Amino acid sequence: MDNNKSLLLNIYAFLWSKSVMLQLKSKRNFFLYRSAFELWGQGRTHNELQSSLRKYPLEKMAPFTQRESTYKINVYTFNKTLVFQERIKKIDTLEFLPFQGKVSLKNPDHIFFLLEDYGSDPNNIPDEPLHVYFGRWIADGQRELIRSHSVKKRHFIGNTSMEAGLSFIMANHARVKAHDLVCDPFVGSGSLLVACSHFGAYVCGTDIDYNIVHGIGKASRKNQKWRGPDENIRANLRQYGTEHLYIDVLVSDSSKAIWREGPLFDAVVTDPPYGIRESTRRTGSQKEIGKPPEDLSGESHVPVSMVYQLSDIFTDLLRFAAHYLVMGGRLVYWLPVYRPEYRDEIVPQHPCLRLVSNCEQTLSSHTSRRLITMEKVKEVEDSDELALLLDSRFRPYRGHNAFREKYFSGVSKRRGKAEQSSSSDGGTDPQSE
Amino acid sequence: MKLLTHNMLTSHVKGVTKGYPLLIKATEVKVSEVEFNPQFVSRMIPKLEWSALVQAAEEVGHLNDLPTELLPDYENNEEFLRKVHRVLLEVEVLEGSLRCPESGREFPISRGIPNMLLNEDEA
Repeated sequence: MDNNKSLLLNIYAFLWSKSVMLQLKSKRNFFLYRSAFELWGQGRTHNELQSSLRKYPLEKMAPFTQRESTYKINVYTFNKTLVFQERIKKIDTLEFLPFQGKVSLKNPDHIFFLLEDYGSDPNNIPDEPLHVYFGRWIADGQRELIRSHSVKKRHFIGNTSMEAGLSFIMANHARVKAHDLVCDPFVGSGSLLVACSHFGAYVCGTDIDYNIVHGIGKASRKNQKWRGPDENIRANLRQYGTEHLYIDVLVSDSSKAIWREGPLFDAVVTDPPYGIRESTRRTGSQKEIGKPPEDLSGESHVPVSMVYQLSDIFTDLLRFAAHYLVMGGRLVYWLPVYRPEYRDEIVPQHPCLRLVSNCEQTLSSHTSRRLITMEKVKEVEDSDELALLLDSRFRPYRGHNAFREKYFSGVSKRRGKAEQSSSSDGGTDPQSE
Repeated sequence: MKLLTHNMLTSHVKGVTKGYPLLIKATEVKVSEVEFNPQFVSRMIPKLEWSALVQAAEEVGHLNDLPTELLPDYENNEEFLRKVHRVLLEVEVLEGSLRCPESGREFPISRGIPNMLLNEDEA
C-alpha cells in the first residue's frame, strides 16, 4: 500500500480518543482491527481538503466511483455535535468529487468518511475544525472482524453482552496487548474477555452471579430454553480460537478482596452493572432484599444479597484497580450518567489513578454512559485510605440517582445507524448488527 | 481452576490475617495441553509467590521436577519456563475445594470454577 495515502486508522478509536490520532501522525501502524481507512485528502480547512482531494489521482478514485456502484458519506465530528442541516452542508461541499453512482444509505458498496477534528477540549470547542480528513472506509476487514465476533453468532449470550465494536474499543483504551493479564471483575458472559483475548492477552474474571459464570439458567437468546453445557465464557473463547488465553472465572463479590495484595493485572476492563438489566448485588449483613437466584444444580450456596448501591460499585472498582493493577496499567469501565445533572467533577476519582479519557455515549435525551479510562500512577499507601474517607473528591458517585428511573421510563434507545451522517457523541454504531 | 489463579487468591474471611495461600483439596484434576508462551510465563514469574506455587503443585500431585527455588536468569531458560508453564496453565483443579489456612473455611470448586462467596456473617 502507498504509505502516504493508505493509513491504518481505527475509526472508532479516532472518535473516542485523540491519542489514536497522535499515534497515527507518528505513523504507527494500527493492526488492531485489521481494517484500513484509505485517506484521499486532508487539510486544516475545507479549502485545503478540497485542494488535497483534487490532487488525489483520479485513477485511484475510479474503482469506487463507478456508475453501477452505490456509496454513502458519513460525517464524523470529533468533540462537536452538528445538527443534521450542518452535516448535509458539509457533504454538499464535496459535490466536486466524481461520484457517478447513486447514494445508498442502507447498504452501499462503498462508504466514505468526512472526519472533522474539533480538538480534545469539550469546554473550548472551536467554530471551525482544526483538521479535516476525507477517505474511503475499507469495509471488508473491519466488517469481517465485527461479523466474526458478532454477538448473534457467539455461543453464549448473557443479557448484557456488549456489541463487538464497543468491547474492542474498550480493549484498545486499556492498551491491552499480547502477554498481558486482564481481569474483568463484573465479567457476566465474558464479552469483554473475548475482545481482550483477541489482542493476545490472558483473561480472567469474576462475577457474583453463580449461574452466569457457570452458564446455567434461562437462556437469553430467544427460542432457547436452556444453556447447554458448552455455553459459558470458556466456550466463547474456544469458539474464537483463544481458549489458550483463558485463565479462570470465579464466583465472587467484587466488593470483597479475594486477590493477594500487589500488582497482578495489566488491565482491568469492565462494564459494571447499572442495576437495570441485571440486579446489582453484593453479600452483606443486611436483611434480605432480593430473592437469591435459582441455583439449578442445588449444590452451591448463594448467600443472601443486599442491594448494591450503584455509588459503591465505583468506589470498590477504583479501589480494586488501585490495588491490583501494575504501575501504568489501565482501568476502563462504563459510568452511567444522568445528563441533566452531569458535571466532570462527579466522575469517580482515586489518589492512585489518573483520568485519561472520558467519552460519552448517549442512550437517551436524559441518560448516557461514559467510557472512563484511568491509569495507575501511584502505589497504594495507608494515607490513601484516610484521603478516600475525608477528601470530598473521593466521595462515592451519586450520578446514578435519576439514571435508573429515566432508563426504566422507556426512553433509552440507542440512536439508529443508517443515517446519511452521524456525529461523534451520538453513539452511532454503524457496525452493530 | 489453574494454579496461576490459585497463586493470586487469598482468604478474605473476616478477621483472618494469614489467609494465604489457600490449601487445595482436589478430587478431580485435569492436565491439558496449552500453547506455550515464554514471554507470558516470564512476565508472570515476578508476580508469583514461588513457594506457594510449589506447595500447590505438590498438593495436586503435579510437582514433578519443578525447582523449589526460583532459578536466576529464568527468562532465557526455556526448559525451566516450560516447567513453569505446565504448572501454571496446564494443570487444572476441576472439583475440590480451597481451604483457608487460618479459619478452615472451605471454598468449593465445581466444574473448574471456585466459589469465593462468603455468607453474611463471614464477610
